[in-house]
Amino acid sequence: MSQWKDVTKLVTAKFGNEDARTLAGYEKLGGYQVLRKALGMKPDDITAEVKASNLRGRGGAGFATGVKWGFVPKDAKAVHLVCNCDESEPGTCKDRELVYWDPHLLIEGMVIAAYALKATHNYIYIRGEMMREYAVLAKAVEEAYGRGYLGKNILGSGFECHLTVHRGAGAYICGEETALLNSLEGRRGQPRLKPPFPAIKGLFDEPTIVNNVETLMNVPFIVDKGGAWFAALGPGRSGGTRTVCVSGHVNKPGVYELPMTITMRQIIDEVCGGVWKGRKVKAVIPGGTSMPPLAEDELDVPSEFDALMTDERIKPVEVAPGKNFDLGGGRVLRTMAGSGGIVVMDDATDIPMAVWRIMKFYAHESCGQCTPCREGTGWLEKVARRVAFGQGKPGDIDLLASIAHGIAGNTICALGDAAAWPMLGFLTKFRADFEAKVAHKGAAA
Amino acid sequence: MSLEFSADARKKISDLLQKYPSSKPVVLAALHLAQKEHGFLSDDALKLVAETLDLPYAHVYGVATFYTMFRREPAAKNILRICTNISCMLRGAYDVMAAFEKKLGVKKGGTAGDFTIVEEECIAACANAPAIVCGTRYFLDVEPKDVDTILDELRKTPRPEGEIV
Repeated sequence: MSQWKDVTKLVTAKFGNEDARTLAGYEKLGGYQVLRKALGMKPDDITAEVKASNLRGRGGAGFATGVKWGFVPKDAKAVHLVCNCDESEPGTCKDRELVYWDPHLLIEGMVIAAYALKATHNYIYIRGEMMREYAVLAKAVEEAYGRGYLGKNILGSGFECHLTVHRGAGAYICGEETALLNSLEGRRGQPRLKPPFPAIKGLFDEPTIVNNVETLMNVPFIVDKGGAWFAALGPGRSGGTRTVCVSGHVNKPGVYELPMTITMRQIIDEVCGGVWKGRKVKAVIPGGTSMPPLAEDELDVPSEFDALMTDERIKPVEVAPGKNFDLGGGRVLRTMAGSGGIVVMDDATDIPMAVWRIMKFYAHESCGQCTPCREGTGWLEKVARRVAFGQGKPGDIDLLASIAHGIAGNTICALGDAAAWPMLGFLTKFRADFEAKVAHKGAAA
Repeated sequence: MSLEFSADARKKISDLLQKYPSSKPVVLAALHLAQKEHGFLSDDALKLVAETLDLPYAHVYGVATFYTMFRREPAAKNILRICTNISCMLRGAYDVMAAFEKKLGVKKGGTAGDFTIVEEECIAACANAPAIVCGTRYFLDVEPKDVDTILDELRKTPRPEGEIV
């Protein structure tokens, strides 16, 4: 059992502290001191610390940050660092709060990362709907320029680093890193074929590292206290803490920074005061709606990246009863820690209705580039809708599984999988709920 | 009818052009500005952006029609973006939506007086569901009974999205 109350708070330490949101308040708490230290280090030594820290991307994929940084060619002439602040995965609300409460921590993390990457022209891509947070970031960036933390010859080091806050205009797909780069270049936000990966050919065709807000905010702590210290905060190959967002049917929804050893059951019962109205858990989405759900008897698994992918207590996602979904090379799909967006559904939840709303989202957000996703998400929404609203036909459940299976793995980016995985996951674990809806066809939903 | 940018908008665009290697990356910002100054993105507003940035009209049209915040028709000064995605739905967002529709006498997507109602996808306020964003103002943990309070506040203090553009 995880002693979650003792966790060292890093990125959320200043939540609620209005004063710390200003440059003066941030500096009073030691802000930008780590940047001074970093500028005295060799850039490669910073990357080495980040590698040693086991920091993994907090946006959804959980990829090792230091390894990603290492992909930038050594002889690159111009490199860019882009912060992905396009948070829009349903159930996820941490980056918005992180940016609001501690904008200078993000800037300090970015300047340090940019120094390690030798990146001069850098950007924060912020979601269009985050208008309050855009204003917060724009002001913080201006303050940082004014004090010499951004611009030419930062703190006398000779390092030049520019930061521009770039607003999106409403498109979930722009959270996908290559769609984000296209949007930043002034195009429609449609993902690019990979390879080449952005670290080789990204923004303006130059090597680019795209990192999530929370990921970059952890960098100052790693440089300050060392990669080994950060690695020791987490289990196995997952360093640091994890900021999760808990929503849905719990008594105390919220954004919580927790140790990754904590189980989903502890998060619900101990951190969030249990399920509301004295009810029980029916389903839990562990990391944004793109991830397959957990059933009530799968909640004792740690909320950490590797555990959620491999722990055998989590039933593999199936394409049909008894037939596992193949993630490639015979690997099974359980679930993933994703974006940290934990959505709790109580035992009174109409699961087919919830799934219809999730499918409606993906159908709306498909960029239209790949046929399996453009057509498939539309059909998932249509069929899920008629099942949810009591108009389901015999065979609809198999049809949903078949459409989802036809999308998964057959698209340029992961949005197709993001619709297919939860569809298959809910069918695997809550098939009876869908069957009951179809059987009561015509009855009031 | 040909449209123009204000001096302030022209200054903002020329400042932005310094931050990118070409004019194309400025297109989203220029569209936000055109929408702020001309209310919505008419064909003429798209033409203005295309000419200002020396980009093909077709490119600007393609971008403008890809992103949901760009509108091709007018909207009220307060755009109520009501989230109905999963976390908000689980805590009654569709009841909140229905309450606004009833009070304002229009369906989602419609405009009544100072208000346009938009059904929004997840606005990253899930821990305070149901949530609504109107410009820089968030309304959190909203219940259907809060409709009058919210509308009254916005009548007194409108939150146009152009405020931060």
